[in-house]
Amino acid sequence: MATPLFVIRDLAKVYGMGEVEVHALRNISLTLNEGEFVVLLGPSGSGKSTLLNIIGGLDVPTSGQVFYRDTELTRADEADLTSYRRRHVGFVFQFYNLIPSLTAAENVALVTEISDSPMTPDAALALVNLDPRAGHFPAQLSGGEQQRVAIARAIAKRPAVLLCDEPTGALDISTGIVVLEALAQVNRELGTTTVVITHNAAIAQMADTVIRLADGRVTAVEVNTSRKLSPQELSW
Amino acid sequence: MVIPARLSMLNRKLLRDLYVMKAQALAIAMVVAAGVSMYVMYLSNFASLQSTRAAYYAQHRFADVFATMKRAPQRVAVEIASLPGVTAIETRVVASVTLDLDQLDEPASGRLISIPADRRPSVNDLFLRRGRWIEPGRRDEALVSEGFALAHGLGPGDRVPAVINGRLRDLRIVGVALSPEFVYSIQPGELVPDDKRFGLFWMDRQALGAAFDMEGGFNDVVLRLAPGSAPDEVIARLDRILEPYGGLGAIPRALQLSHWTVENELNQLQSFGFMLPLIFLMVAAFILNVALTRALALQRPQIAALKALGYGNLAIGWHYLKWGLVIGAGGVVIGVIAGAWLGNLIIGLYNQFFRFPELRFTVPLSVVVGASMMTLGAAAGGAFSAVRRAVRVPPAEAMRPEPPANYRRSMFETRWLSRRLGAAGRMVLRNVTRHPLRASASVFGIGFAVSILMIGFVFADAIERLIDTQFWVAERQDVTVAFVEPRSDAARHALARLPGVVAVEPQRTVAARIRSRHRERYLGITGVDPEPRFKRLVDRNGRALRMPGSGVVLSKMLGDVLGVRPGDSVTLEVLEGTRPVRQVMVGGLVDDILGLSVYMDRGALHHLMREGDIASGALLLIDPAREAALARALKVLPIVSGAAFKRAVLESFRNTMAANMNLSIFINLVFASVIAFGVVYNAARVSLSERSRELASLRVLGFTRGEISLILLGELTLLTVAALPVGAVLGYGLALAIIQTVQSEVYRFPLYISRQAIAWSWLGVIGAAMISALLVRRKLDTLDLIAVLKVRE
Repeated sequence: MATPLFVIRDLAKVYGMGEVEVHALRNISLTLNEGEFVVLLGPSGSGKSTLLNIIGGLDVPTSGQVFYRDTELTRADEADLTSYRRRHVGFVFQFYNLIPSLTAAENVALVTEISDSPMTPDAALALVNLDPRAGHFPAQLSGGEQQRVAIARAIAKRPAVLLCDEPTGALDISTGIVVLEALAQVNRELGTTTVVITHNAAIAQMADTVIRLADGRVTAVEVNTSRKLSPQELSW
Repeated sequence: MVIPARLSMLNRKLLRDLYVMKAQALAIAMVVAAGVSMYVMYLSNFASLQSTRAAYYAQHRFADVFATMKRAPQRVAVEIASLPGVTAIETRVVASVTLDLDQLDEPASGRLISIPADRRPSVNDLFLRRGRWIEPGRRDEALVSEGFALAHGLGPGDRVPAVINGRLRDLRIVGVALSPEFVYSIQPGELVPDDKRFGLFWMDRQALGAAFDMEGGFNDVVLRLAPGSAPDEVIARLDRILEPYGGLGAIPRALQLSHWTVENELNQLQSFGFMLPLIFLMVAAFILNVALTRALALQRPQIAALKALGYGNLAIGWHYLKWGLVIGAGGVVIGVIAGAWLGNLIIGLYNQFFRFPELRFTVPLSVVVGASMMTLGAAAGGAFSAVRRAVRVPPAEAMRPEPPANYRRSMFETRWLSRRLGAAGRMVLRNVTRHPLRASASVFGIGFAVSILMIGFVFADAIERLIDTQFWVAERQDVTVAFVEPRSDAARHALARLPGVVAVEPQRTVAARIRSRHRERYLGITGVDPEPRFKRLVDRNGRALRMPGSGVVLSKMLGDVLGVRPGDSVTLEVLEGTRPVRQVMVGGLVDDILGLSVYMDRGALHHLMREGDIASGALLLIDPAREAALARALKVLPIVSGAAFKRAVLESFRNTMAANMNLSIFINLVFASVIAFGVVYNAARVSLSERSRELASLRVLGFTRGEISLILLGELTLLTVAALPVGAVLGYGLALAIIQTVQSEVYRFPLYISRQAIAWSWLGVIGAAMISALLVRRKLDTLDLIAVLKVRE
């Protein structure tokens, strides 16, 4: 029996854009289980990023509830959310967001320095096969390498959940596959719940669960009962 | 923001873009304004003083040559008037007297100057502020100088008792006047004008002639020369004519004390008026450059779009150059207004020191034009390289985001340091060392603020040091008494019997001309006891020197003026008694504070004068409890022409200097804060803009606001801390430069930098830096975590 990691009830988010109201999320209810590889699929403006940001403690909903294990995130204040992100969440962004003035290992150490029981930066980099590039600065790394550093940085604290917003969005296919492999490997070896936003439907084939969103609503939740494909097997 | 409809689209963009960066633009404009206001303040004061003085001199026929002598018969006047180049002459009787004022315990001094009763003087005419001119035959009528009149509330009809040639007489005031000869009037031996204790009185020539045995003669003459004639020639001839009559040496206008003081002030205004604003404008140009470089980096896509739309490089370049020019122009407007306001305050101070019929502050158009040109030049210079770099990028490349910043380990990161620095520390260090030029310019900018602040404190210290050296180390007497005529030893005993006098040290000063080849000065030779009790030779750092066994000791400044060193010989021409002329050896130089002095062993001086124990004055040590009684006794002692009580002199000096110093420290504090704030705020805004993405990422990764503030503020702290010692060194250099500039034959400031001066200026700048850092820190709280992760800059 799968253990729920996130329980989401009637979640809604309304942005006031000048005089128009934009409903980014309309009463979503979902459960995400521990250890799952979840893919959020949907077109631009479907609410994927808003959902991810709320789960990650970067944004607060207009109404509804989000529970992380026994904690209600929707009741947490600013400081609680910061500490939640610090202890439990790993983020991977489309544009890597590495600190250009720190080397790969130092970017990872940035997180291990403030975590309770992290892995060593070298171990984290080894997990994404980047240990030989540990001493390089971001400007000396390719896009795929930078994204793998970002993944190493996200998982080094052993987070409960890894949230990835379009992690391959800025990469070409072959580099994208290497990055997805790194994510799959982390999910497999560490059992980290992984949520990946994409509008590339092919990636759905490597997921345990695929959640489709459109216009702020969940249109389908597909549980993959057959074998998950490895990234090389994906047909783009 | 409301924008006029007729503006072109690019100009609308300019206004809106500037509005977005308004706080930064204002910070830069304020630094510009500080420089401009200094320029306006100094140079407008310069122009106001200069034009006021020129008009005053011309209207009141200010003399070109001044001479005093013991007594010359009136017929000599004809001879002087016929010298080639002389267009007008006025012979006068001038005498110093003691005034007996009820309001003052200690005696005040008066200088009586004769004027014709039946006409206006043809040289050094007076400006009559109130009352009327003296009437012929009314021998007790006098015009009083305005400063003295104001200090004592005197006006027409009042009486001032004076001891004239040993007899107490009332001077009846009929008018209040000013003279171009005494724009600045100071009692010999005092440091600042003291209108309470020193007054000028203009009286009937006949009356003074009779009172001072000058009937049919004169002891002072002032000449006006034809335009273009050389005063040196006239002076040489005048000296020859007056020599038999006890001539004390004629001097040109350039050496006349009042004129010299005003001139010296004008020179200082002019040199500071250029030097300091220039540094401010350089700092402003630098921060403008940094700010624009960043702003234009953010404008890359817009520049690309403008180019794609067909705007040329020139049009785009001009558009962005205008950012700098508009900020500069804003600074000029604020600076001219602030400069006019500050200039008015300073003119108020000048009105305390200088007496003009009317000294009004005006800001000449030329000063405003000059300030605008300098500022716009600096702004364009600061903007130019930033604009050129941005505009040069080809449109297709400009469409793409700027390549990621290239970092490397900084040279300061030793293995030892690396282990101790956390990630935040490394980020700070690498950010700073990535732009070494920018970082060092910031350090210099903040350091400059430290130095500006330091100057104020250093001068306050210098004044204290000067007081300490002059009043406690060099001259340890409580009262300095001057005699009407040199007196025998009996005078000393007379003084010793006065109430409260504990000890008396006789003083002998002899008027002389000192010469080395073609260079010469008129001054007094001071006799110094081999074992002085009160008056000692002290250098400007307060070290007492012993008189050498033979020869004379000169002020170092006098040595420089004459071009002599110890071992050289100089010619002394005594201008009193039998007027002996001697070659003497320079036994030593003393780097003293005030005036030009020649010190000689007192015995040797008596020997030179072929006289016994003669004194021209005395120094007294007194019982402070009986000061008032002594003062009353001195006021009516006929042999005394003046007495200076150290307590009173110090009090007046402190009051005058305190007002001055407080104003200038306040002005310096404002300027230093503006520059420190401008540099730090701008550095903070630029690094916030460059790092907002980085800092937002860190927030997302779980860093708290406090932690990311440390990274941003750490950089500012590093720059500020590095700037503190740099500022102390700059401050030392600036103080040295200013002391060199203001040092003159009249006074030299000791340069002494106390730890307190450094500490206060550091604290001031740290305070300004903290305020600007906190303002930027507030921006961190509103960092948009989501937006910054979505878009690539």
